Amino acid sequence: MEPAEIDPDNVASLQRGAGNFMNYCSGCHSAQYVRFNTIGKTLGLSEEQLADNLMFNADKTFETIRAAMPSSDGARWYGKAPPDLSLMARAKGADYVYNFLKGFYVSEDSPSGVDNLMLQGTSMPHVLWELQGYQQANFDHHESEDGSVTTTFEGFEQLSAGSMDAEEYDDFVRDTVNFLAYIAEPIRSDRRKIGVWVIMFLIFFFILSAQLKKQIWKDV
Amino acid sequence: MARIEAEVGKPQGGLLKWIDDRFPLTSTLKYHVTEYYAAKSFNWWYIFGVLAMVVLVIQLLTGIFLTMNYKPAAAEAFASVEYIMRDVEWGWLIRYMHSTGASFFFIVVYLHMFRAMLYGSYKKPRELIWLIGMMIFFVLMAEGFAGYLLPWGQMSYWGAQVIISLFGAIPVVGDALVEIIRGDYSISDITLNRFFALHVIVLPLALIGLIFVHIVALHEVGSNNPDGIDIKKHKDENGKPLDGVAFHPYHTSKDMVGIIVFLMIFSGVVFFAPDMGGMFLEHANFEPANMTATPEHIAPVWYYTPYYAILRAVPDKLWGFILFGLSVLLPVFLPWLDRCRVRSIRYRGWMYKTALSVFVVTFLMLGWLGLQPATDTYVLLARIFAVLYFAFFLLMPFYTAMDKTKPEPDRVVYHD
Repeated sequence: MEPAEIDPDNVASLQRGAGNFMNYCSGCHSAQYVRFNTIGKTLGLSEEQLADNLMFNADKTFETIRAAMPSSDGARWYGKAPPDLSLMARAKGADYVYNFLKGFYVSEDSPSGVDNLMLQGTSMPHVLWELQGYQQANFDHHESEDGSVTTTFEGFEQLSAGSMDAEEYDDFVRDTVNFLAYIAEPIRSDRRKIGVWVIMFLIFFFILSAQLKKQIWKDV
Repeated sequence: MARIEAEVGKPQGGLLKWIDDRFPLTSTLKYHVTEYYAAKSFNWWYIFGVLAMVVLVIQLLTGIFLTMNYKPAAAEAFASVEYIMRDVEWGWLIRYMHSTGASFFFIVVYLHMFRAMLYGSYKKPRELIWLIGMMIFFVLMAEGFAGYLLPWGQMSYWGAQVIISLFGAIPVVGDALVEIIRGDYSISDITLNRFFALHVIVLPLALIGLIFVHIVALHEVGSNNPDGIDIKKHKDENGKPLDGVAFHPYHTSKDMVGIIVFLMIFSGVVFFAPDMGGMFLEHANFEPANMTATPEHIAPVWYYTPYYAILRAVPDKLWGFILFGLSVLLPVFLPWLDRCRVRSIRYRGWMYKTALSVFVVTFLMLGWLGLQPATDTYVLLARIFAVLYFAFFLLMPFYTAMDKTKPEPDRVVYHD
């Protein structure tokens, strides 16, 4: 797997990722535990900016991210309801999601016309095809002496161009994954900042307690 | 005390006397705290008892606050944990402290038990302390197991499924027993509800009661020390052991230093790596429990994996269960398996030292193997280490009796 190399402290990347998510993902996928005002606080967005840029089907900033498409329709149309994405990056790992979004390839056998290298037989269509274009996956089949066939992935080959070149698409996916990782644990960057203070306090307290111990044990 | 003695002659009274006439407050404090003498030669291996108490307090306090927002129902449990993590003020901290505390409870308790094996703390006259301690360990395992179901994630569900179904291997009563534990034909809302009751009431009560008697028994016979010798043999004119210092203020002030170092490590995990790369919070547990989709790889949390590896190493279901149970139970018999006449490893011969070193490697390897998928190589390795695990206990009466020992010192070894 290619590393996602996301930067959780890069607010600009998170903002772009939020936009990507609302434009390309939230049509089908909810993020039912994530509130807009939480996003606004972390990403430095005012209520107005949230309403104008992210809240396409929500009125109040305390609402959570709902999918435009009802989940029951999704289940009927795709065979499987699109999963909630609140915790996806934490359950699967940011690298997995990054490679998943880059892993669609043309497949004749699939009803959606594409399969995915990370999740064979996925029912998700390649919703980002306009950006990435379509690619073909090349596999190499080895037949060993005992007759068992092993398949190795050799690489992707671009079939049709999208509106973005490879590098732009990587950045697009990286921002989106960064946002997904953020909504999986919105407190992440705060807890690290608080943690530094906690450890500093404990170091100070350690010095005091070590001195106290020395004093008390003087006569032993 | 000195101040009160100096005031002899004045009418004694006040609140303390009023209480002491009705309740043994001063005498209890003296007996257990200010005049409880333990060897001045304690090293840092002796910190883990008090650290277990610290973790217990952390778990009780954070647990109380978690129950204020957690909903023990299959339909709501997962979402209520996310509510705690995202919407409850400081809820994330309380939850991470609790989940990290669970792992640290086991780290601390395993090291506490290892200390007993190093210095022979389970040997006469402390056999009962060891037995009570083992009961604490069993309750703790049950507590951790019940607690792990509560977030109602995929690993909660399937981990519980695997472990509970183990009891089905017991002949005749197995299936009925499994049903009684689950309260249903599969793990369901009913199971979650009763595990919640066990986790927040039954088992913590048992834990607190057992810890209380653990300490009462300890204070009756006195603490062991790194030399494994009796400090009560040499007393001064007041009956105070010459090599002992009072628990308070001496050991308390020293423990405080250890507690702060512990809190630094604990905070390091809570604030910087609360999932510990999937060890303390498993990745798959961030997906809600789904009884129709089995995760690719089910592994219990790390603190059960040494025993789980033994279970998987046995091809037969019933024998797997028996050896699994035996591996958990065997340490109970240490006071009687160990035939050596000295307590501390400092004065034992090469055989016990070698056996204990091999055992440490064995335990760690089994723990690691229990986390890996059961491939042929890993199962083979698990079998080898399972044999070593049992050999450590079952051969102990022989190698500890044969082992040459060094003479024990008369007084504890203490460096300033």
